[in-house]
Amino acid sequence: MSAELLFRLSALNTAYAAAIDSDRLEVWPDFFVEDCLYKVTTAANHADGLAAGVIYADSRGMLMDRIAALRKANIYEPQAYRHLIGMPSILGHDAAGIHCETPFFVARIMRDGATTLFATGRYLDCLRDDGALRFVERIVVCDSSRFDTLLAIPL
Amino acid sequence: MPDTNVSPDTSAMPQSWPAGISRVPFWLYQDPEILRAEQRKIFEGPAWHFLCLEVEIENTGDYRTTAVGDMPVIVVRGENGAIHAFENRCAHRGALIAFANRGTVKDFTCVYHAWRYDLKGNLCSVAFQRGVAGKGGMPEDFRVEDHGPRKLRAETIGGLVFGTVDPAAPSLEDYLTPPIAAKIRRVFNRKLEVIGRFTQTLPNNWKLYAENIRDTYHASLLHLFFTTFRITRFNQAGGVTISEDGAHHASATIGRMEASDDVYKQQNIRSDDDEFRLNDPSFLDAVAEFGDDIQLQNVALFPATMLQQLHNSIAVRQTVPRGTDSMDLNWTFVGFADDTPDMRRRRLRQGNLAGPAGFVSMEDGCIGGFVQRGVAAASGENGVVEMGGRDATSMATRATEASVRGFWKAYRGLMGI
Repeated sequence: MSAELLFRLSALNTAYAAAIDSDRLEVWPDFFVEDCLYKVTTAANHADGLAAGVIYADSRGMLMDRIAALRKANIYEPQAYRHLIGMPSILGHDAAGIHCETPFFVARIMRDGATTLFATGRYLDCLRDDGALRFVERIVVCDSSRFDTLLAIPL
Repeated sequence: MPDTNVSPDTSAMPQSWPAGISRVPFWLYQDPEILRAEQRKIFEGPAWHFLCLEVEIENTGDYRTTAVGDMPVIVVRGENGAIHAFENRCAHRGALIAFANRGTVKDFTCVYHAWRYDLKGNLCSVAFQRGVAGKGGMPEDFRVEDHGPRKLRAETIGGLVFGTVDPAAPSLEDYLTPPIAAKIRRVFNRKLEVIGRFTQTLPNNWKLYAENIRDTYHASLLHLFFTTFRITRFNQAGGVTISEDGAHHASATIGRMEASDDVYKQQNIRSDDDEFRLNDPSFLDAVAEFGDDIQLQNVALFPATMLQQLHNSIAVRQTVPRGTDSMDLNWTFVGFADDTPDMRRRRLRQGNLAGPAGFVSMEDGCIGGFVQRGVAAASGENGVVEMGGRDATSMATRATEASVRGFWKAYRGLMGI
């Protein structure tokens, strides 16, 4: 059971990364339940219990708006990510869902080819399993408090 | 994120500047000599700089480390509520006295040779001052009171702690001027609470960000998000307040419309897209919490402090130069200690407008880099800053660059160029 769940979580993360890294951002909100929380924050804020995020979306509509803004409104240089997502640690189950923690590396590739390690950190996830696994919560805890230039594409 | 590392030849910077404040020569963003002069004349000059929030150092011994330009600074709560600030540099060999972001101490001891400082930054003791077993030790005439890091004067307004290095600086209140101080107190009117901190590294000279924040002309042209969702448009009421000396700026956008939306259509501007609608517009549901209908207020204090009220998203921004073509932008997002859960959630959601991933401020993160790269070969050329005239006075419109000119008026005054 646990091995199967681990496999499903890993497959989910692989699909999640592929959607972002291959610029299929419109499907990104589908990884979340309607009444979700997606937040990008830092390890320091997380440790201090500070609630704000650089991105703070507590509905799937806000995730869709984030993508719509990137496509139609926001100005930033063309860039892409490459996610490397590690093995999830399953922390437990409760009424809210399955809790797990997963480390990630994200490289950013700029239009001129410059490739840098843009963010490292861990996903603190809560997932609902109704046949398909979807995120109730994905808290992206970046190890560093520093963001280079801007954070456009979600992590 | 430049194509290549931009390292213009600075051996022969033109160093000339047309008279007035409506031309900005590009060598100002490139010249390392200018950066050094700014540290001496502005950051260590008769100006005031945001250091931290009072609530970040509530109890005796609570400290935070920050920076005034290149100068590392400790700001600490002393006895009886006093606030002290001093250079974070041991008087002995120059090491940082404190290297954490914050902490709580009885006193400060440099890790290098254990020289000890009280909460006011006074050197109290030197390890082995009398030597060991009668050997070694400091000379007889060594006096601890003759040594110490430079002290800053600290004052507060609205729960914000400011410091100045120059003993000749006016009081904080006089420096800010009453109209600007009133704009600060309008928002920062009760006990604050930090809700998040972020640092954004920008690939541009710090002055480009100082100009950007004062540039009310660009707001609804560069930032499509603002315009489309009617957060701010030039046809909404509002204007800019500029201190007499040009140094400080406060812009305001008021809810009601002053002219029809056709003014945008007539300009055929990219930022007018009536097709764009939010799936979840509830995140922009704002509550007027300051007793007026100002939706947006940006206060920029010379040289490096910015205070934002974007609906109910409130933040303090501090710029720290990191070379001629790099700077740190430190964001402190705040709420009030008496926020209801609903208001706190509103601040968290509206936080999406600002910060490194802000729907609005995202462009401000990269636009300075576009200028820095654009002017790489143009140290002898000038930027044109003539929107709304050639002076720097308050105006009842935001279609102006008056506040940018105000920055340069204050800058030329302090720099003596």
